[in-house]
Amino acid sequence: MENKIDYEKADEILSSYGKNSCYLIAIMQDIQSEYKYLPVEILEHVAHELDVSVAKVYSVATFYENFSLEPKGKHVIRICDGTACHVRKSIPILEKLRSELGLSDKKHTTDNMEFTLETVSCLGACGLAPVLTLDEVVHPAMTPEKAVTLLNDVRKEDAAHE
Amino acid sequence: MNKLLTTQDYEKTCAIAKDHLEKQQKRVLICCGTGCVAGGSLQIYDRIKEKCKEQGIDVCVSLEHEPHDHNIGLKKSGCHGFCEMGPLLKIEPLGVLYIKVKLEDCDEIIEKSILGDEIIDRLLYKLEDKAYHRQEEIPFYKKQTRLVLANCGNSDAEDVLEYMAKDGYEAFIKSIFTKTGEELCKEVTDAGLRGRGGGGYPAGKKWEQVRKQKETVRYIVCNGDEGDPGAFMDRSIMEGDPHKMLEGMMIAGYAVGAQKGYIYVRAEYPLAVSRLQTAINKAREIGLLGENILGSGFSFDIHINRGAGAFVCGEGSALTASIEGNRGMPRVKPPRTVEKGLFGKPTVLNNVETFANVPLIILNGVDWYRSLGVETSPGTKAFALTGNVNNTGLIEVPMGTTLREVIFDIGGGVKGGKKLKAVQIGGPSGGCLTEEHLDLPLDFDSLKKVGAMIGSGGLVVMDENTCMVEVSRFFMNFTQNESCGKCVPCREGTKRMLEVLERIVKGNGTLDDLELLQELAETISKTALCGLGKTAANPVSSTLKYFKDEYLAHVVDKKCPAGDCQALKTIYIDAALCKGCSKCQRLCPAGAISGEIKKPFTIHSEKCLKCGACLSACPFKAIKEA
Repeated sequence: MENKIDYEKADEILSSYGKNSCYLIAIMQDIQSEYKYLPVEILEHVAHELDVSVAKVYSVATFYENFSLEPKGKHVIRICDGTACHVRKSIPILEKLRSELGLSDKKHTTDNMEFTLETVSCLGACGLAPVLTLDEVVHPAMTPEKAVTLLNDVRKEDAAHE
Repeated sequence: MNKLLTTQDYEKTCAIAKDHLEKQQKRVLICCGTGCVAGGSLQIYDRIKEKCKEQGIDVCVSLEHEPHDHNIGLKKSGCHGFCEMGPLLKIEPLGVLYIKVKLEDCDEIIEKSILGDEIIDRLLYKLEDKAYHRQEEIPFYKKQTRLVLANCGNSDAEDVLEYMAKDGYEAFIKSIFTKTGEELCKEVTDAGLRGRGGGGYPAGKKWEQVRKQKETVRYIVCNGDEGDPGAFMDRSIMEGDPHKMLEGMMIAGYAVGAQKGYIYVRAEYPLAVSRLQTAINKAREIGLLGENILGSGFSFDIHINRGAGAFVCGEGSALTASIEGNRGMPRVKPPRTVEKGLFGKPTVLNNVETFANVPLIILNGVDWYRSLGVETSPGTKAFALTGNVNNTGLIEVPMGTTLREVIFDIGGGVKGGKKLKAVQIGGPSGGCLTEEHLDLPLDFDSLKKVGAMIGSGGLVVMDENTCMVEVSRFFMNFTQNESCGKCVPCREGTKRMLEVLERIVKGNGTLDDLELLQELAETISKTALCGLGKTAANPVSSTLKYFKDEYLAHVVDKKCPAGDCQALKTIYIDAALCKGCSKCQRLCPAGAISGEIKKPFTIHSEKCLKCGACLSACPFKAIKEA
């Protein structure tokens, strides 16, 4: 477990925006892509450096869907449930993956921190519905079976690397 | 690239780029929109590039080199719109469009169609045994008028020189050297350009209001927060022809006296962000953005802000709040955005497609623009055609085109030969159109009259197997999730409406619930703070109006006529197929299945949770839904 927070990266990001508080969202986006989530300690540090209240930083961090205060799994799967994907049956895919991974609408990340499963409202790839993204790569015309194959491929690949 | 300092520099560079483009013996355009990239188009691009190099073919991937004869242009183009058929590859001047191209096809394409002029029949689009050689003959394209999307699919999206070779930035240069701000505002007003983001507010009028403000610091903001599920017009423009949109913003900047522009793009569109950033960098490098552009005295620069996943940020005041680094919550108006917008300064806020229309108007004139579309809504409109339709994709048609032409001529009809049930237009703020509206012209005012709206332009086709009650629950769930929580009608009202709808799809609704829905819908529409709340009930009101019977079937007969609502299904065992293996009985979490081994089992409907666990498990497919 990591128990020491590395502030160095956060400081680099803050300086690149000239510590200007109107870039708060952009700063947190960069921090999230660096740390994979928004650690509370870093948020407090950001508030201090930008000279705004912790409450303000926290309020923005919790308002936007893309920010996560919890660490995410190694692989992030996002199932599109936009209108086009929904009418082409995206929910059975979600349910299948949830049961495969032992997740639910309350629990999004597997205990071994391998996978995070989320829904997203629309990826704008409606022509290929239903779609999902696995680590930012869009996979078109999914079915529950194809999704499971995809999952197993990732597991196999990870196992091969270990 | 050399920086352009004068209009002569610009003209010279354009001429060279044009010459280069003309000297390209073949131009190979590989679609690199989000859809085709997902299908592997980037690998196809790399393979063709590599293979051409191996064979010593003179390939140019940009127009930056000296023009020379007999070279082959290889380009990553924007979205052709025919996403279902991707990855797409187009070869000019043959005019041929290859569909569903695979890596294995690359060698044959190079040999036959790039080096030779042979057409590979296998890769052509075919319909009813007819193969289509040229892209524009394909029924999906034939009835379209692609103006805003003209370059999408036909140009290298990342090459500013190619944009310039096709008259790019000419409208901007014409504007800053020969027109005043007042003239430009008038021109856009006279052209009748209405905001493509949904509201349809006259863009020229908005510009003029900003131009007339006392405050001299002004901003241009482009709304690229295309949050409506089922809409991707703006994404395709940002990815496929980013310079056109930038040019529109620059013209607006000059017209209203602004020096800074912001583009707010959804975080879900990473490719659009990177294409826009490349386009902005190129425009700066070449001197079309920055200080004292081409010596005109006009300075302008553009920044990108990435959204962070909040649908409400598509609303003007929420969007500007988000750019300022705050929670994206709408505020009470007035003051309007044109008076006090971004950082409290007068702001022109238009969406991507609106800005992309501007260069066309300046270049071709007001009369030309007004000759397209209908009197009150001139021009064209891009729609994202999706759902249960044969040809899904991005289309552009003149305003006033009928729904029938869009769905049947361009879209090729409903998938699987099923019956058309409804078309949902305008996303979660829009409404449903039915068969009776097939001959309705699609324009701002006609749609308003029947309780729908053009919205951002998402058209989702639904077939007879789609349950409209479930669809309105889906949209209400979306809006409820996205409600920012600032005003009570939206925060609480949408929650109550969602509860009622969930009750109904579970078979627990009553007739009173329908009245309650209606009442809530009216109250929220009248009292909510912003556009999101005011229109949140539209999908419910419009389905209640056109599909009342379906609601009644759910609450009175406890049946879902479309067979879509899980809870209203009955699951039964077909005695003729059941072998009595007891697998279902062991799996059933509710103990709802009983029977004797080797004899047909039965499901007790009063105990059945309709979870479907038995359905997929039965080795003999004896368990069925009704």
